[in-house]
Amino acid sequence: MDYALVTAVLAAAIIAGTPILYAALGEILAERTGVLNLGLEGMMLVGAVSGFMATIATGSHWMGLLAAMIAGGMVAAVHAVLTITFKANQVVSGLALTIFGTGLSGFLGKKLIGIPAPSTFSKVSLPVLSDIPFLGPVLFNQDPLVYLSYLLVPLMWIFIYRTNPGLKMRSVGENPGAADSLGVNVFLTRYIYVIIGGIFSGIAGAYLSLAYAPTWLEHMTGGRGWIAIALVIFSTWNPARALIGAYIFGGVDALGFRLQAMNIGVSSFFLNMLPYLFTILVLIFATMQTQRNRIGAPGALMLPYDREDR
Amino acid sequence: MPAPVIQQGSPFTIKLEKRLTTSRLNNILIPVISVFLALVVGAIFIYVTGNDPVKIYQTMLKGAFGSKYGISETVVKAIPLILTGLAVSIAFKMQLWNIGAEGQLYMGAWAAAYVALFMPDLPGFLVLPTMFLFGFLGGAIWALIPAIPRALIGVNETITTLLLNYVAILWFGYFVYGPWRDPKGFNFPLSAAFPEAARLPSMFDTRVHYGLIIGLVAVVIIYIMLKHTKWGYEIRVIGESPNAARYAGMNIVRNILLVMILSGGLAGIAGMSEVAGLTHRLQPTISPGYGYTAIIIAWLAKLNPFAILLVSFLFGGLLVGGYSVQTLGLPAATAYMLQGLILFFVLGGELFNRYRLRIRERGGK
Repeated sequence: MDYALVTAVLAAAIIAGTPILYAALGEILAERTGVLNLGLEGMMLVGAVSGFMATIATGSHWMGLLAAMIAGGMVAAVHAVLTITFKANQVVSGLALTIFGTGLSGFLGKKLIGIPAPSTFSKVSLPVLSDIPFLGPVLFNQDPLVYLSYLLVPLMWIFIYRTNPGLKMRSVGENPGAADSLGVNVFLTRYIYVIIGGIFSGIAGAYLSLAYAPTWLEHMTGGRGWIAIALVIFSTWNPARALIGAYIFGGVDALGFRLQAMNIGVSSFFLNMLPYLFTILVLIFATMQTQRNRIGAPGALMLPYDREDR
Repeated sequence: MPAPVIQQGSPFTIKLEKRLTTSRLNNILIPVISVFLALVVGAIFIYVTGNDPVKIYQTMLKGAFGSKYGISETVVKAIPLILTGLAVSIAFKMQLWNIGAEGQLYMGAWAAAYVALFMPDLPGFLVLPTMFLFGFLGGAIWALIPAIPRALIGVNETITTLLLNYVAILWFGYFVYGPWRDPKGFNFPLSAAFPEAARLPSMFDTRVHYGLIIGLVAVVIIYIMLKHTKWGYEIRVIGESPNAARYAGMNIVRNILLVMILSGGLAGIAGMSEVAGLTHRLQPTISPGYGYTAIIIAWLAKLNPFAILLVSFLFGGLLVGGYSVQTLGLPAATAYMLQGLILFFVLGGELFNRYRLRIRERGGK
């Protein structure tokens, strides 16, 4: 493969990995407080459609992004109420969120199918940086949401591992009883991060409808929300590892797309299976790894907190 | 200076108290109220987007239950819902989150279609039983793929079963668009029509087919199995307390595999009955998401087989109603939005099954 092709595929891998990365980063925050949210797919779809609608209404994709964030956060708040206050089963509530989000986005988006986005996140090459050989065209000729994710990952890493609020957040997920007795508000903490998780999924959805596609299609997430959940396990709840993982997943996606264009004689149906099969294999591998190294999920993941049970 | 007395907040405190027992009345009343509230919130969504909710609900109700055709279509939709609902619920009973019923349905349909299309030498009376067996195996094997890593090393089955849905639908699509496409089919992505011997007969001059009988029998069998067999007992114990089950010497790995085989097999039979009873050929889409609706049905029915039967008819009606509102310009997705809302409210309502609200006067007794 020649140089231009390699950089093009790698740049495409970053684009394909970015929505998965945003969704996974949000899920890391929620799960770090002990709340599993399987509704990423639904939140992303709601984010994608509301971002698209707001962009059409206002003509600004930044307003679209804002709308997607608000919508994602609102849907996540439903999950928060159900699982934190009502102590409902987290798995089933997350599935409900996905089913609801799929239905709602289809309901809202019916009239939008086929319309191109009036304003999109387009590529901005960064001065100086984009001139670096190889790295420049791969990393620094991207759209603003990609750049934002570059900043977000180290900031989140520092927040989780090196700050006091990050420590409190982790304590809520590991041992809510102990955190509570030290004066951390377990319920409030969980609410905050579940909703922030939803906001991140909203960004992921807006990325699909305003940068990646950029248009609205029913079911346009195509399982990316679930791939992001698998990615969280692969990342061992670490944002830096999530970044690497997201680009690997994006690479598989981009490669399949590229192979399809090259017409190598394998049916596109099989090439389209690649990201899903790859995710399953990675999940199996990651599960074996975490069990061997004894680094697992946050201790209180999926357990509702009840002060009376302390 | 004396501090002024400030009355803080409301004069009442609201407190949740755990119930020790759940009453039978609550078990019925709470889901009914939950569904009602979900429809009210759905109405708000419909209203806000500029539609008339009363008219839309009327149209849905009429479409689903207002005519012989409507009722028969509701039953047609209920058949795969009963089977996938049972499939999902038996796995859920053991806290196995098989959300791959959709893909297992497709693989069952695919395997059954193989018998119908490519085993012409089979004697006629054996065709349907063989399709039934292949349908079961197609779904069961597809469910076994995520079951094995789950049982042996604890790989999260929620994600793997779901991702395999996408793979199954692509696999199915490959054959419908590719090798199995009928050369005489004017280039439509359809397989050849099944021979007469490979079709489940229909009943009452409608599209309702003998898949209904399969579903009813499955309900009874699963009920007896769960309630009255040792295996059913083990499933319940493992689901409620894996540690207790382990101490009692129950083989959890084996049970995970067996339950997933049964669960996938039931979903596979749903696929077999769809192609043998309804479409009589393969087409790109044979399910509008029955495997996902099944999750809601299973939960709403509290995993009880007979309740699944009842709820499947209601949700069959919801799907048919969803199609009938398309004449009013609303997408069929409306039905899925309502399904999601129903599950939200049912989940929220469960709190009141486990707790009771106690409102007290502040400072009072």
